[in-house]
Amino acid sequence: MYKSFEFTKKIKSFLIATIVIGAVLAVAGIAMNLDHTHRIWANVLLNGFFFTAIAMSAAFFVIVHVLGESGWHTSVQRIPEAMAMYVPIGGVFMLLVLVGMHDIYHWSHTEHLDEILLGKSAYLNPMFFSIRTVAYIIIWSLLVIWFRKTSLKTDTDANIKLFNRQRGIAGIFIVIFAVTSSTSAWDWIMSIDAHWFSTLFGWYIFVSTFVSAVAVVILLLFVLRRMGYMEHINDEHLHDLGKYLFGFSIFWAYLWVSQYLLIWYSNIPEETIYYVKRIQDFEGLFYANVIINFLAPFLILMARGTKRKLNWLIAASIIVLLGHWVDMYLAIMPGAIGHPEFGILEIGMTVFVLGIFLFMFFRNFAKAPVVPENHPYFKESFDYDNIR
Amino acid sequence: MYVSPVREPLISGEKSYSKVTEDIYAPMTGKPGKLWFGGLTLALIALGFGLFSIFITVWDGIGTWGLDRTIGWGWGITNFVWWVGIGHAGTFISAILLLFRQKWRTSINRSAEAMTIFAVMCAGLFPLIHMGRLPLGFFIFPYPNTRDVWVNFNSPLLWDVFAISTYLTVSLLFWYMGLIPDIGTIRDRLKNGIQKKIYAFLSFGWTGSARHWARHESMSLILAGLAAPLVLSVHTIVSFDFATSVIPGWHTTIFPPYFVSGAVFSGFAMVLTLMIITRKAINLEDYITKAHLESMNKIIIATGSIVGIAYITELFIAWYSGVVYEQYAFVNRAFGPYWWAYWIMMTCNVITPQLFWIKKIRRSFAATFVISIFVNIGMWFERFVIIVTSLHRDFLPSSWSMYSPTWVEVGIYIGTFGLFFTLFFLFIRFFPVIAIAEVKSVLKTSSEKFIKKGK
Repeated sequence: MYKSFEFTKKIKSFLIATIVIGAVLAVAGIAMNLDHTHRIWANVLLNGFFFTAIAMSAAFFVIVHVLGESGWHTSVQRIPEAMAMYVPIGGVFMLLVLVGMHDIYHWSHTEHLDEILLGKSAYLNPMFFSIRTVAYIIIWSLLVIWFRKTSLKTDTDANIKLFNRQRGIAGIFIVIFAVTSSTSAWDWIMSIDAHWFSTLFGWYIFVSTFVSAVAVVILLLFVLRRMGYMEHINDEHLHDLGKYLFGFSIFWAYLWVSQYLLIWYSNIPEETIYYVKRIQDFEGLFYANVIINFLAPFLILMARGTKRKLNWLIAASIIVLLGHWVDMYLAIMPGAIGHPEFGILEIGMTVFVLGIFLFMFFRNFAKAPVVPENHPYFKESFDYDNIR
Repeated sequence: MYVSPVREPLISGEKSYSKVTEDIYAPMTGKPGKLWFGGLTLALIALGFGLFSIFITVWDGIGTWGLDRTIGWGWGITNFVWWVGIGHAGTFISAILLLFRQKWRTSINRSAEAMTIFAVMCAGLFPLIHMGRLPLGFFIFPYPNTRDVWVNFNSPLLWDVFAISTYLTVSLLFWYMGLIPDIGTIRDRLKNGIQKKIYAFLSFGWTGSARHWARHESMSLILAGLAAPLVLSVHTIVSFDFATSVIPGWHTTIFPPYFVSGAVFSGFAMVLTLMIITRKAINLEDYITKAHLESMNKIIIATGSIVGIAYITELFIAWYSGVVYEQYAFVNRAFGPYWWAYWIMMTCNVITPQLFWIKKIRRSFAATFVISIFVNIGMWFERFVIIVTSLHRDFLPSSWSMYSPTWVEVGIYIGTFGLFFTLFFLFIRFFPVIAIAEVKSVLKTSSEKFIKKGK
């Protein structure tokens, strides 16, 4: 009834071609920037982090629905589940960042630190940083794999105990991720601007990647539909995904404003410097980021009707996904390379990592039925309405 | 709408549609019991004492409070923020949980919304008194005037005026609109008389026709859409009162979402405290069940943990920032003269709610009652810690100071309890505590009787 996904040669060769093109462009970009290693490593970090965080956010998406005793999500659950399986691969890029640490994080040059960075050195030092990075990757990977395995077991075994176990894993996941989502954002992103600090930063980055993950779920759903799968997805499911995209885009804008407004209002130089740098050197992108990432999904998805039409959803998702890539770009580049750079290197690296992400997704998605049919709430997913 | 048989029923016992009406209507009929009169009297006494304290404050001036030049905000603003926070559960339940299709909200939304309105009223009192001259309270509204004085649009305190008054308006609309079908039901049950006339008037001519229902439902969706951002906006602006400043301990960017989470946390705690008593007192055990308790406790643990993470984040970033003032502020919080307030806050907000990870505890009414009171206390102390410990160490050590409240401040706080409970007692007597129509809407899918039949 629910047609299983087949990872055909055609898709495979298309994705491999994507990866190869990305790799060629990236290598060309690297070759052109050999005297400019900051930029190379910053790109590794940008795409390494962005897609790993999207995968983790996809896992988070499933986890919250499990904990919230949701029923509707079971019809799409396997998409974010398969996305999450990218975490161990994405982790490899984050390990690469450790190699290029000195080109991104100036606190890692322990030989010449100023007083403030010396004060932070108990936390920001290459050793502890590496330990944390490895720990995040290992723990996250284990959690994601553990959950996925349990979920796949339910396909052959309808025992309710398996669902209770999923709930248990979800509980452990959420506790760990509640802490590590923030700390990893401080470590990998905030510490690029090593003197600067903001308590909200972790949550801000998390919501940015969460919105991106929802956009990716919608886009993958669209692709799968075009290939003739996921025919069971109806307007209500689209509506709910649309609500997530709409609601969390607004929430992201809310956090953006919260952070910006409080820093602007208090006008303390140690804090405003973060925005000064971005407004001076990245002015166009800086304003475009907040305006487009807020207004586009807000206006497109405001009406009930547009959330229920795949074409509108796709339009909003593409904007949101590109927009939040720019958001990450703005979080990383000003500190790492200091001025806007965009060329073959950026494009190549992104296409390369995106290709791997998609390859991993389709490979994992093909490994299991497209829906968890034995989920106790599965039937609920096909008999509910959004209020009119 | 299909509901999995695995799910726990939300309404226990053999309930038919008419039985639901009878059960919920019952506390409104006959003579009110001794408990009710006793409670109301107590509340009125507290209210009277509060009014007297306000009179003293206005008559003698704010000097009757324990404030000084260093600590300009004490209990008054602590109570203000505390009450506003409590007001958050209602809109959260009625707006956000509606959008999330949470069926269990139907049994608690009415009373939570009522509490919201009463709590916001209590909260609004404090800034008014703080401004000193009550009759000039209207100065906060920006209108083209003859006084040649504009309000200060740059001030978050003014944004508070807009945020909170919008919030009160929308909550009131939400609450009343939900009441209309139920008031219609009550009107139809009453025999002729003045009571019937009053309820007939209040029901706005509700007939229960399909057209009325259609409008009613689209209206609740629109209001839910409007109220959802309001849940965030109010406490965000309240947090701006502090965070836009440069005071160490106040100025931190995590404040807006963390305040919102704390507000929902405290609001749910208050709803739990009151509903655990109310369900016993007026026999609503079949409607507010362990399933409801568990769901609410899950929200408590989620919001409480967010608050806990925010505390730790603040603490860590204070160290990480390298700003000596920030670092001192947090060390002083934990180990300074107000250490006890800080540790009460930590215990009540971060540690005890974690007990809800244990299923037995989150499904026990007695345990939940105790923990909910802990949360109420903890969230009061959170505001006290933020306000007083951040202020009492001035940038100038010569201005350092200590604060303790006078009986007048305590009196006003007690008075707001009086106001809150007076209104609450009147509410449970004259309006249905549970949304009759909404409970009926989930009866077919989620009541014990119908689930059994389905099998």
